[in-house]
Amino acid sequence: MHYLSAGSGALKAVELDTLTAIYDRRSGQTHVVVSPVPEILEALLFPRTLGGLIAALGADDDDATRAILTERLKELRDIGLIDRS
Amino acid sequence: MRHRFDVRIGPVSFRIGSDWRAPIAALEALYSGYPRDCMVPDYTVRLEATRPWRRWIRSSVKIGGDHMLPEALPLPLAQGLLAAEMGMNLQVALGERRFLLLHAASVERDGRALILTGESGSGKSTLSALLMGAGWRFLGDEFVLLDPETGALHPFPRAISLKNESIAAVGAHVADNRFGPLLTDTPKGTIRHLRPDVRAIADMAVPAAPAMILFPRYGLPESVREVLPGETFVRLTQASTNYTALGERGFGALTRLVTALPALAIDYPDTDSALDRVAALWRSQ
Repeated sequence: MHYLSAGSGALKAVELDTLTAIYDRRSGQTHVVVSPVPEILEALLFPRTLGGLIAALGADDDDATRAILTERLKELRDIGLIDRS
Repeated sequence: MRHRFDVRIGPVSFRIGSDWRAPIAALEALYSGYPRDCMVPDYTVRLEATRPWRRWIRSSVKIGGDHMLPEALPLPLAQGLLAAEMGMNLQVALGERRFLLLHAASVERDGRALILTGESGSGKSTLSALLMGAGWRFLGDEFVLLDPETGALHPFPRAISLKNESIAAVGAHVADNRFGPLLTDTPKGTIRHLRPDVRAIADMAVPAAPAMILFPRYGLPESVREVLPGETFVRLTQASTNYTALGERGFGALTRLVTALPALAIDYPDTDSALDRVAALWRSQ
């Protein structure tokens, strides 16, 4: 299973402070997110498995990290910022 | 319609049609000195009787126009001027696409503009009126018009809507002949409109570069707090009626604005301390 961000063609991100505003050109929606979402979207400019994403983020690959990241990835899929294949 | 009033305010022109003469007469007096050259107005407002007989019996004004809210309640004829002002607000709020609209007041000094934004009742209209009296150029008190391409603020100096205690607070500093009629028992209490000064009208085509954002709150102990760009961004999207409609243009304009400008939340107990605080903050830039 691989995850992939919608990419810069669809998303425009502007770092404001600890918050990042992301405009989705496909839906016209604006999302305001905090770390590690911008880092996740950056890492998923290329398709990655969950393990590959964890490695790209420089995090420890353990059960707790996998559980948290799986939850975040589901949220990002629900709002259309990433896809899963 | 039987009676008509055309007016241009900054980059926006209106045609207000009315079943009654009285609201038009009030508009003519309140907007005395404004350009009236509108061959094809941007927006039309209609002040209509809710039923044909209501033109004469218990006259009730329905607010219509290019853009309407079907659920809006009619107003008594005595508040016809307020109905016209609400109608103009509605047209701009729902129809404007050239500029990003922020629900804010703004004033200018030396080509640079101060944006005053916050919830209704926070005191931004009163503060903008008092700053006008203190030598600032008044740009507007209901909407800030932000050009998405240039980032400039375009003046939109409508009559200032003062409510309840603010009427006396500003009235102590301004000649009575710039005020419209006192309107009581409106949905927002007592209202009186103030015509901006001669300079605001004369320079309504001169844009200004935004320089600072303030979130004022009246009636609280004095305090100043920095507002970070993220919070400013979220609050300003909530204060905009057309951010979503403008799409990426609006996103770009607003993110550029909040990342370029300092923003502060200021609380003040009275208008004198507000004016002092604003002057000090402006000098410190």
